Amino acid sequence: MVALTINEREIMAEEGMTILQAARENNIYIPSLCENEAVASYGACRLCLVEITTSQGRKRLVTSCLYQVEEGLAVRTDSERITRIRRMLLELLLARCPDSEVIQDMARQAGVAKTRFTKQKGNNKCILCANCARTCEEVVGVAAISLARRGVARELTTPFNDDFSEVCIGCGSCAYSCPTHAITMEDTDGTRVIKWPHNRMEFKLKKCSTCGKYWAPEKQVEYIARTSGTSLEDYDVCPDCRD
Amino acid sequence: MAKLKSFSELEALRKSIIGKRDPEKTVITICNGTGCQALGSKDVTAAFHEGIEQQKLAGKVDIRSIGCPGFCERGTLVVVKPQDIFYQRVRPKDVPEIITETVGKGNVVNRLLYTDRKTDKKVTYEHEVPFYKKQKRLVIGNNGLIDPTSIDDYLAIGGYSALSKALQMSPEQIIDEVKKSGLRGRGGGGFPTGAKWETTRRAHGDTRYVICNADEGDPGAFMDRSLVEGNPHSVLEGMLIGAYAIGSHEGYVYIRNEYPMAVRHVRMAIQQAEECGLLGENILGSGFDFNIRIKRGGGAFICGESTALMASLEGRVGEPRAKYVHTSEQGLWGQPTNLNNVETWANVPLIINNGADWYAKIGTEGSKGTKIFSLVGNISNTGLVEVPMGITLREIIYDIGGGIPKGRSFKAVQTGGPSGGVIPERLLDLKVDFDELTKAGSMMGSGGMIVLDDKSCMVDFARYYISFLEGESCGKCLPCREGLQRMREILTGITEGRGKKGDIELLEELSATLIDAALCALGSTAPNPVLSTIRYFRDEYEAHIKEKRCPAGVCNLEAVKVK
Repeated sequence: MVALTINEREIMAEEGMTILQAARENNIYIPSLCENEAVASYGACRLCLVEITTSQGRKRLVTSCLYQVEEGLAVRTDSERITRIRRMLLELLLARCPDSEVIQDMARQAGVAKTRFTKQKGNNKCILCANCARTCEEVVGVAAISLARRGVARELTTPFNDDFSEVCIGCGSCAYSCPTHAITMEDTDGTRVIKWPHNRMEFKLKKCSTCGKYWAPEKQVEYIARTSGTSLEDYDVCPDCRD
Repeated sequence: MAKLKSFSELEALRKSIIGKRDPEKTVITICNGTGCQALGSKDVTAAFHEGIEQQKLAGKVDIRSIGCPGFCERGTLVVVKPQDIFYQRVRPKDVPEIITETVGKGNVVNRLLYTDRKTDKKVTYEHEVPFYKKQKRLVIGNNGLIDPTSIDDYLAIGGYSALSKALQMSPEQIIDEVKKSGLRGRGGGGFPTGAKWETTRRAHGDTRYVICNADEGDPGAFMDRSLVEGNPHSVLEGMLIGAYAIGSHEGYVYIRNEYPMAVRHVRMAIQQAEECGLLGENILGSGFDFNIRIKRGGGAFICGESTALMASLEGRVGEPRAKYVHTSEQGLWGQPTNLNNVETWANVPLIINNGADWYAKIGTEGSKGTKIFSLVGNISNTGLVEVPMGITLREIIYDIGGGIPKGRSFKAVQTGGPSGGVIPERLLDLKVDFDELTKAGSMMGSGGMIVLDDKSCMVDFARYYISFLEGESCGKCLPCREGLQRMREILTGITEGRGKKGDIELLEELSATLIDAALCALGSTAPNPVLSTIRYFRDEYEAHIKEKRCPAGVCNLEAVKVK
């Protein structure tokens, strides 16, 4: 265990833990958007920046989702400098995604009432954090979507910018992992529709042979059977109807 | 060629190469660097071959295509050795006269000589040209002596003797020597090279890698290109010495694909070194194995950043990552990796051959050795200059660069590439030194030096660089991606007459956010062009915003009204 302080409160944390994880365990709030425990930390949204003073007295700003706890570390999550940075980042986000309720709430909480920048048009809630693409690659193992191009032109897209991704299994992990609900997923009448900011895909759902309920996209079931080496017939019934 | 199996075999080969050469024989060197090729040096070279043939002088004259010696403004550059007669702006039609007069009769062709602007006198010899006189061309100077595609030429000027010497030292001794020399990274960071090598050597890992960063991408900068094109073996020799000191057996040259000649020359050099046994297994019988591979970059500026470069080398998207764990501990494929820039590597053989004490005598307290700059913009002598650290900017711009052309006056100089800052007239006596330049709000960077005259608008200048960086930002981190876009919007507004009260302050606020919050150095140094122009030329911003007037007469502030 490692002893450190966050906002002058003494806490103990497990070695290898990030500052953000340690703070959360101790109910200390650090805002963050691109961090997701299912995938490796990425450090893109910069909202979780904190000010640290090491035991050698070195002061610096670090990304708390990446920086690991150290013995004798003094962390400030709410210094004037940090607050100033966070407010500007949220102002930038408000201009990028003016329609996102998540961003609006976060901004309000940080005391940002409005943005001084020109609001981007189009109902785009995507903050380009890559949570969706990282989840698809690291957790699902499919890499059906990815971020393409660079800088402000960066966008979430399918391989070769096609209308649909051939390898996508329709699992919806991207929608679950999206912090701003920029990706939505809806199941109706045996069809699942996943909407990404720039395109949408439809998936046929599999019907349970016992209860008749649609329970998962056919492509996902095929993917699970293939990667686990089990027979497709094992999936005729939904998890609820299995013994 | 048979593989060299010992240090003595290398020396014997060198002796035999030199022995076959007559120091009195006429050698015509023609710059065939990318700059001179654009001016037609290939045709000049062909004309020399043809003329020598026609005048039946073959065998009496050697023609040597060399890499860039630096004086790009005056290309195509031709030097007749051993006399060292320097001809400039040579075109194919001038060639027969040079052959007849200079090669045939020993006469100088006056009209092709360089005219010193200050004295209005003709200068006959290369070493007397003012542009070269105040330089200290330890690294780039050899470009003028060798054909970069010939390993024999490199061996003839003592090439690979530093490797020989290093392989007879212990790795710790080499690291000590490099540390004592005070060499700091020439790619922009200025990190002490010896300390980096030591960390990589001590780091835990199965394999250690060394990388040469040849992804030079700054607009107007071509130091590294000219070194790789003009003397690729010097870079390989540096890498070999570094690899031996670090304990690495695998190296990479990550090079821009937009530098086709540099790629070709480094590829040739690797092949030649392999054939001679200077790369591969049991190099010179020392037991040390080392191989180098080339990886061509895909054209992203960000891939010059070390972690993005390594991601790209691994075949992933070239995006940087946080460096809380240094690449010297976990770099390429998670293994300890030492990355240095082209110019840094090219300095290593010098240090080993001449000793750390010799090297440390050159320069200032905190910055040792020489630095190569690309001197471009509104300057009389465009080209590459290599100067000792500690020289003043004024000396570079006026004594070497020949001052500002067209009778205009100096306004500012930007050092350090797109993320560098501008330095005004009153600070021209600033010494070229990593720390001094940073203090003035600019930086050493990799060595771009862009001179601006009084017809340059500083707001428009800042807008140009921010828009360049906006286009090159990878887009991974929010402040760099969104912040640069907003800064460009504000700056464009000011230059188009839409500037308003509070714009300067908002630019400063955004700058502070980028400096503090951006993920990598591209973002955190990007505000430099804005902050330094606000710092030294605030009145120009205010004239645009308040009076809707561009003092330099560059911006069209009516643009909005016309629409």
